Amino acid sequence: MEYFLRRVIFLIGTLWVAVTVNFFIPRAMPGNPVETMMARFHERGTMSPSAMKAITVMLGISHGNIFQQYGQYLNHVVHFNFGVSYTYFPYSVTYMISHALPWTLGLVGVATIFSFGLGTMFGIIAAMRRGKAVDGSLTILSSFTNTFPYFWFGLMALYFLSFVYHWFPLTGAYGASMTPNLSWSFIGSVAYHGFLPALTIMISSIGGWLLGMRNNMINALNEDYVLLATAKGLKPSWVAWMYVARNAILPNLTGFAMALGFVVGGSLLTEIVFSYPGIGYLLYNAVVNEDFPLMQGIFLIIVVCVVLANFVADLAYVMFDPRVRRGGAS
Amino acid sequence: MSVGAVAPAPNTPSAVKPRGAVREIAGVLWSNSKSRIGLIILGIFIAVSIFGPLLTPYNPNDSNFQDMLGPSLQHWLGTTQNGQDVMSELIAGTRISVIVSFSVGAIATFLAMLIGITAGYVSGWVDEVLSFLTNVFLVLPGLPLLIVLASYAPGRGMSLIVVIIGFTGWPWGARVLRSQVVTLRTRDFVVAAHLAGDSISRIIAREVVPNMLSLVMANFLGASTAGLLAAVGLEFLGFGNPSQLSWGSMLYWAQNSSALLEGQWAWILAPGLCIAFFGMSLVLINFGFDAVSNPRLQEESK
Repeated sequence: MEYFLRRVIFLIGTLWVAVTVNFFIPRAMPGNPVETMMARFHERGTMSPSAMKAITVMLGISHGNIFQQYGQYLNHVVHFNFGVSYTYFPYSVTYMISHALPWTLGLVGVATIFSFGLGTMFGIIAAMRRGKAVDGSLTILSSFTNTFPYFWFGLMALYFLSFVYHWFPLTGAYGASMTPNLSWSFIGSVAYHGFLPALTIMISSIGGWLLGMRNNMINALNEDYVLLATAKGLKPSWVAWMYVARNAILPNLTGFAMALGFVVGGSLLTEIVFSYPGIGYLLYNAVVNEDFPLMQGIFLIIVVCVVLANFVADLAYVMFDPRVRRGGAS
Repeated sequence: MSVGAVAPAPNTPSAVKPRGAVREIAGVLWSNSKSRIGLIILGIFIAVSIFGPLLTPYNPNDSNFQDMLGPSLQHWLGTTQNGQDVMSELIAGTRISVIVSFSVGAIATFLAMLIGITAGYVSGWVDEVLSFLTNVFLVLPGLPLLIVLASYAPGRGMSLIVVIIGFTGWPWGARVLRSQVVTLRTRDFVVAAHLAGDSISRIIAREVVPNMLSLVMANFLGASTAGLLAAVGLEFLGFGNPSQLSWGSMLYWAQNSSALLEGQWAWILAPGLCIAFFGMSLVLINFGFDAVSNPRLQEESK
């Protein structure tokens, strides 16, 4: 219970820091790109005064002292009011994000599950065959794929598999002539379009899980209980999978935090390469158009998703580690 | 930082003299076959970054060739949309990319040491606050934060990229170093130095840091790998200095002139492969440093 409470406090603390960082970035930077942007709004004259006010509060040119601004800002954030997008006017930032987010969650979610599962499995195999050819080739290969820039690998896959051989579509998340619905043909089209981006994310991120799991396994294989289990006459593979792997996976779960942030960052660039209509592609358009409200809204949403995913990983940790479940009383 | 560098539980290094420590680390690195391969690859990249201008087949700024040529005997990697030789650009661009990678690594490692050692050695509420901040920044996804920072920053360019990546790349190292300092702090030789009246800064410089040199170096390599990847990502998005030759700016130009649709795949393939090989060499060297700080990971001598 105490563990759970600590995690909740950390969750809230992290969100608060992220929101506060987001609040101060535009205010701390020298020069004022926001004023340039507001001037452009005035020129177009298409925005209602209340929308303008919401944006000024979000971007830090509202009047009143910094504490009042901060209070207003927090109030807007907890109501998911991120103002109006400049690029996609008159749509609100929240509207744009809510239409892009499911694509990213699906893509990154599926890729991460496969990458974590396969990487962990191969890591166990590498540690069991330590020093053998299997181990050497797995570790060197994953050291190599681990440092692929995601977007570069995406570009190469796109060129050879889609452009030259036409095996996969070049852009988008579903066929251009389709409208989103729940028919099998649409779901098939989504899977067909999502396969290549998901595959490139998976290959670029699998190395981290593999190398981490291999390290943990080698540490755990030296424990006394392994010696005992072997002395009892249990088969080495049974010991490795049923005894050691269950302990070795724990540090990989706690390392989830950093890994996920890394994968999400990489997948943003992957989306740009594949013109996949998720958060990354939206962020790219926001950057190109200097759409600051949209950019900051997207940053916050990404943080919320990553922090929540970590929270879930922390809870899973409890399931795997009885010491934590018993409140560290063992 | 490479996701794979999940740090092994810091083992208990023996108290050794700094000179001896450096020697011992070098010995373990070279005797480990993985880190030896890494050292050799890294050596090649550093040599190219130093002697690059002597090695380019053509002047990288010479735009008198036919544009968008595919790979051929005259142009191994083809030409750009401005008619420059890609091979020459690649060699000339190595220098900036290597410098960026190591500068980011140095800044991030320095901050990680500063924060990690302070938190671990001072303990108390200072430790609580610093550890909380470390964990928070560990969770915040790096690239989106970098994109937002870079968008607001005045001007564009490599030095800006290096600074913001360096200043956001410290948390992982800070966490690893802090836990190591916590175990070192109560060790006999540190207590002895304390009783002998040494100042805190002297204890940290003479007793603590030499005993976690391998962790510091592993952190530097990890941060350099992550730094290069982040820099390339930002350059690809156009936050760098496109007129300065580097692997990242090559990818930026290749993408912006639709190199793939024109069939000039070598222009994109080559810089990416260099990035992957450079990163791989650092990860492989890191295997050696893992073995130094955690003897269980050392290869059995053959």
